[in-house]
Amino acid sequence: MIETTVTILLLLMLGAVTIGIVRVRGLFAAVVLLGVYSFLMATLFVVLDAVDVAMTEAAVGAGVSTVFFLGALSLTDTVEAPGKRRQIMPLFVAVVTAGALLWGLSDLPEFGSPDQPIHRQGADYLVRSMPETGIANVVSAVLASYRGFDTLGETTVVFTAGMGILALLRRRRGEGKS
Amino acid sequence: MIVHFSQIATILLMVAGLYVVIARGNMVKKLIGLSLFQTSVYLLYILPGKVLGGTPPILDPARAVYANPLPHVLILTAIVVGIATLALGLTLVVRIKEAYGTIEEDEILAKEGPKENLKDRVRNRSKSGRGGTAA
Repeated sequence: MIETTVTILLLLMLGAVTIGIVRVRGLFAAVVLLGVYSFLMATLFVVLDAVDVAMTEAAVGAGVSTVFFLGALSLTDTVEAPGKRRQIMPLFVAVVTAGALLWGLSDLPEFGSPDQPIHRQGADYLVRSMPETGIANVVSAVLASYRGFDTLGETTVVFTAGMGILALLRRRRGEGKS
Repeated sequence: MIVHFSQIATILLMVAGLYVVIARGNMVKKLIGLSLFQTSVYLLYILPGKVLGGTPPILDPARAVYANPLPHVLILTAIVVGIATLALGLTLVVRIKEAYGTIEEDEILAKEGPKENLKDRVRNRSKSGRGGTAA
């Protein structure tokens, strides 16, 4: 019961921060609110028993990404121009998307119930991890042993993104010289 | 319907991110909206792994009920890929600021001038040789 209550409280706080992000015009305020959002999300992940994800979200989502945003803001503008754009079409798209997704919810299992399909189907890493790898933290075992190729693919993506950033910034420096 | 409160909240957070991406013309704000959307999707993945009364998936003889570890692994990968794409997007925004002097979508489109016909653009490019369109 306490877990459900804390989850609802955190979801309400996330909703409040999201309203702030949508409405605020200053980009600094929006970036800081995004950091708050990530920290709230990390707290929610702890409540949902995803401690590894919570730690990564707090370090990467709230820490590194906020630093990246602030670095980009220092090189660009910090205030959004007052919008003269029509707001009806985006609102319509958002409402239709929300409606379609909410319509599809009715078949999903109840929050926190142990007889969801996710707990009954698929490879049972919780049983296999200890005899096969000897690692008590099952998330580490799956990440490094059973799904090591996922991590290899992830490294490839990070490498490609890094190369792209270097290429963009180098071109900038070259133009500055000429 | 009320038993799905967690998924309903997640969908509303997701749609808020989608709205920011479409409605706002500022490029940094668009990326902020994209991050909102992305983080909500993490939540959508983590939610079904939870079992009420369970513990994190770190094996201990005293415990019997654990959360499902598989979504946690997938989302760990997604978070790191997300920060990589975000960094690339922000670098592009910085480049756009240097090339156009603004990061507002409307002003950039105004500076681009009247919309060229796609056919004309292809013809111009083939006239000026391949890759000769450097800004």
